[in-house]
Amino acid sequence: MNDDLVFKALGDPTRRKLLDLLCENNGQTLGQLCENLAMTRQSATQHLDLLVAANLVSAVKRGREKLHYINPVPLYDIYARWVRKFETQRLGLLHDLKTILEGDA
Amino acid sequence: MATEKTSFVYVTYIAATPEKVFAAITKPEIARRYWGHENVSDWVPGAAWQHVRDNDARPVEIVGQVVEVVAPTRLVITWAGASQAENPDAYSRVTFDIAQDGDRVRLTVSHDELELGSGMASGVSKGWPLVLSSLKSYLETGQGFDLSGRTKAA
Repeated sequence: MNDDLVFKALGDPTRRKLLDLLCENNGQTLGQLCENLAMTRQSATQHLDLLVAANLVSAVKRGREKLHYINPVPLYDIYARWVRKFETQRLGLLHDLKTILEGDA
Repeated sequence: MATEKTSFVYVTYIAATPEKVFAAITKPEIARRYWGHENVSDWVPGAAWQHVRDNDARPVEIVGQVVEVVAPTRLVITWAGASQAENPDAYSRVTFDIAQDGDRVRLTVSHDELELGSGMASGVSKGWPLVLSSLKSYLETGQGFDLSGRTKAA
């Protein structure tokens, strides 16, 4: 898939929020998602369309409903391309250090 | 006893043919190169299939039955941890849908009927994205990820 679409889709707090909502509870309708977003259905639809275009969300018809599922596969593609390739081990150490220093463990 | 069920739907686009994608899932000698596991079956409806880790011990980790085979576009199997093989409630269902999309293939993996909050649901939600990303990488570049006996998956 096109990496630009993925980065663009992720570059917006509402769309990241949508992904978080699907991560918590996968397979939601537009209506269910809107309950947790302070915006109109129309705006939410536009955000969802961008996530679908980036293949970060899959929309599946189940009966009369359209359910949205988070699809993290492109994130792994990007991980493989932009993270693993370079500094996997050192990044791991840095991440551990950051976690310890920030007391987030 | 009604347990709440959950589903996952994963999609990846691969520059390959449906035949190649189907073979990569069903042929052990290909699957082991990007999945670190082999899917072993006769691939006819009703046949058993086993998901075998490709290491020296070759443990059977997942078992199930072939439900539907339409090569090279569709494959449906049931899926349970090997230790749960005798428990009918433990079985979930995996559907591979392979569709030509321009010059690429759209591979959709739907994993349904998983028990919400179960170890299996948690495990497959971490596993599938990695496996599909590795499959894409393998078919497009010849190089998958090492998912066989590695220390830890992402």
